[in-house]
Amino acid sequence: MAALARLQARLSGLREEYFRRNRYLRKMTIVIQKWWRGYRSRRYFRKMVKIQKRWRGYYVRKYIHNYYALKKYLEAISVNNEIIRSELQKYTEMKENEEKRKDLEKKEKEKQYQARKMHYLLSTEQIAGIYNSPFRKSPDPMELLLRKSKPLSHRRQQTKSPFACELHDWPTCKRPPSFSTAQPLPCIGRQKPQGPFRDPAEVLRQRYKPLEPTLRVAASISSPLEKAREEMKREEWRNRVHDNEFLPFSSYHKNEKYDPSIHRSGKYGQEAYGIKHFREVQPKKWVTDKDFRTVLPSIVLFEKFGKTYSRTGQIV
Amino acid sequence: MSQRQVLQVFEQYQRARTQFAQAVAELASRPQNIETLQNAGVISLLRPLLLDVVPTVQQTAALALGRLANYNDDLAEAVVKGDILPQLVCSLSEQNRFYKKAAAFVLRAVAKHSPQLAQAIVQCGALEMLVICLEDFDPGVKEAASWALEYIARHNSELSQAVVDAGAVPLLVLCIQEPEIALKRIAASTLSDISKHSPELAQTVVDAGAIAHLAQMILNPDAKLKRQVLSALSQIAKHSVDLAELVVEAEIFPVVLTCLKDSDEYVKKNGATLIREIAKHTPELSQLIVNAGGVAAVIDCIGSCRGTVRLPGIMMLGYVAAHSENLSMAVIVSKGIPPLCACLLEEQEDHIKAAAAWALGQVGRHTPAHARAVAVANVLPTLLAMYVDTRSSEDLQMKTKKALKNILQKCTYLPALEPLLHDAPPNIMKHIVGQFSKVLPHDSKARRLFVTTGGLKKVQEIKAEPGSLLQEYISTINNCYPEEIVRYYSPGYSEMLLERVENYHPVL
Repeated sequence: MAALARLQARLSGLREEYFRRNRYLRKMTIVIQKWWRGYRSRRYFRKMVKIQKRWRGYYVRKYIHNYYALKKYLEAISVNNEIIRSELQKYTEMKENEEKRKDLEKKEKEKQYQARKMHYLLSTEQIAGIYNSPFRKSPDPMELLLRKSKPLSHRRQQTKSPFACELHDWPTCKRPPSFSTAQPLPCIGRQKPQGPFRDPAEVLRQRYKPLEPTLRVAASISSPLEKAREEMKREEWRNRVHDNEFLPFSSYHKNEKYDPSIHRSGKYGQEAYGIKHFREVQPKKWVTDKDFRTVLPSIVLFEKFGKTYSRTGQIV
Repeated sequence: MSQRQVLQVFEQYQRARTQFAQAVAELASRPQNIETLQNAGVISLLRPLLLDVVPTVQQTAALALGRLANYNDDLAEAVVKGDILPQLVCSLSEQNRFYKKAAAFVLRAVAKHSPQLAQAIVQCGALEMLVICLEDFDPGVKEAASWALEYIARHNSELSQAVVDAGAVPLLVLCIQEPEIALKRIAASTLSDISKHSPELAQTVVDAGAIAHLAQMILNPDAKLKRQVLSALSQIAKHSVDLAELVVEAEIFPVVLTCLKDSDEYVKKNGATLIREIAKHTPELSQLIVNAGGVAAVIDCIGSCRGTVRLPGIMMLGYVAAHSENLSMAVIVSKGIPPLCACLLEEQEDHIKAAAAWALGQVGRHTPAHARAVAVANVLPTLLAMYVDTRSSEDLQMKTKKALKNILQKCTYLPALEPLLHDAPPNIMKHIVGQFSKVLPHDSKARRLFVTTGGLKKVQEIKAEPGSLLQEYISTINNCYPEEIVRYYSPGYSEMLLERVENYHPVL
């Protein structure tokens, strides 16, 4: 008996010793295995780094910092710049030509006006004018101009106001407003009215100026949106084939009977078949009224099948 | 006394008043008379004539007052202190258009001198009357009213806000659409002065739909109108990215580029200002401008102008180049550097030179390729000379120093760096020597050139504190060469050799 007790004590001591040594070994195994696993995966990691390094270089060079695309873009910019420069050059040339043309026209008009004023200098049969000297082979161009031009009438012409040239620039006013000043208005026999006066030409221009309504005045009361809507309605009414409107689909099906589905088509509501059970049950054909029963527990492990955690949501 | 004699007295008086008003109006149009008129107390005499029965006397008196107030701010203050403004404002509503024009002229003449006078005008309730005048049929009245509003709004943002609160902006946008060119000009400049103060005011102007009309008017042939329109668009675009994008969406490119080729200098300047205000916000907007060919047009514009007209164009190139290196390369490829160098050399004004230096710094600071493009244009000695020059203003010196530093830190083009070695101040010398120390260890041809051009000799002559960065660079350079060469070029070597000769005992 005592020997048994002694054996048991030694057994427990041995057991502790065994577990202690086991614990130490276990720790050592864990350390070695950790190091080994790290080493293996780092080898793979280095291989993967090589692949990724290559892939990143390729991707960046091809899509983000594409050198060739940049070069092409810069070439395209130079080409575009050349085009823009040539177009702007053409534009400036055009403007310069216009300016020159305007100047020339002005000078021409001046010359013609002078010729009309100095019409009396035209040479006659008897007396040669100053521009038609007998010692010259052909008459001066001024002489020719004098021959062509009509003499200015004695009547005082309207003073050319400085607005005349500006008027041509107005976008809506293509020609200066011409109003009849063939005869000046007869003077009324009253004393001279007082005050600073505007130029009569200006006053007459203002008085006979055609109406140029602003946008607010010219637009009709009903806004363009409403007009467009009315127009659209009229067009639709015109183009319709028959006048019955299309009804919405809910009213199409208004008079139809409702077919319930199979889940609801029992006499008193839901049928149990299909929801509660699927197979038919015929208790009369049953051999016994007891269920199957396990006779022997065959394999302990297989008994636990489906029962370890929960069975259809119930905790075992 | 018979009735006729009584009436004659009145007629005489009326004639006298009219004559007086007309004479004063005519005298006031010449500046030399105004002092005399002021001393004679003309304002107090003209004041009762404003309420005269005869309309022509009223108008002439108002015209005379306007001319007087236009001349200097003392008279304008006298007009304000003489309580004339409330009378003008009251009678504005019921009189005919000549009077309205004259009264608006007086208000404009008073408002233009200082913000306090403009505030006085706002306080006596003139804004509502002016806005009512803006709805008048006569374009001359509208022009006078909007001119007065422009001079009020120009001073500061509170006055602009007061003008906007009076409801002037939609009417001004309508005025822009009128056919008369003078009215369009004034309305455009009023909108420009309103929107220049703050983003909220600019947003108000944009909400009234001004941008579309202004963008259409860029095509108008009149030069003064184009000036105002471009100025208005640039004042709107300068505040924020959204406003700039709105202006760009109005499809001003590439039409605006034709403005850069206009014969009028100020049209070019305002066009360049508009493009600059758009380009400075984000790289995407700059990219848009570059893709539309704006950079080439601006470069041509800089080449063809002289003076302050060039300044916005130079700044625009600087802003575009500052955003990213691709845009900077685009500027280089469009041949932007020669005009900038020309500006640096030709211009007399310091602020234009400073702007050109800044722009070159922005172009060259990104990568060695950019710095090389700038260095090849031989502009670094000019920058250095400007930095060292004592007559340059402080701003110019700072900008040239920054530009030099930015370019030098990336420049590996040694032939351009050589001339700088000889007369650079120590803080720039550090960068130059640093660049040499980066390039020389790797390039043997460059090392040879460095020796033959006398660079090594110069480097030896530089005195540097031991332990400083400059000393490190010098030692790096010295390590590239064999010891004999370094000793040969070090200062005082000839004396050392001669000393050795002296101390040498010949071996017989």
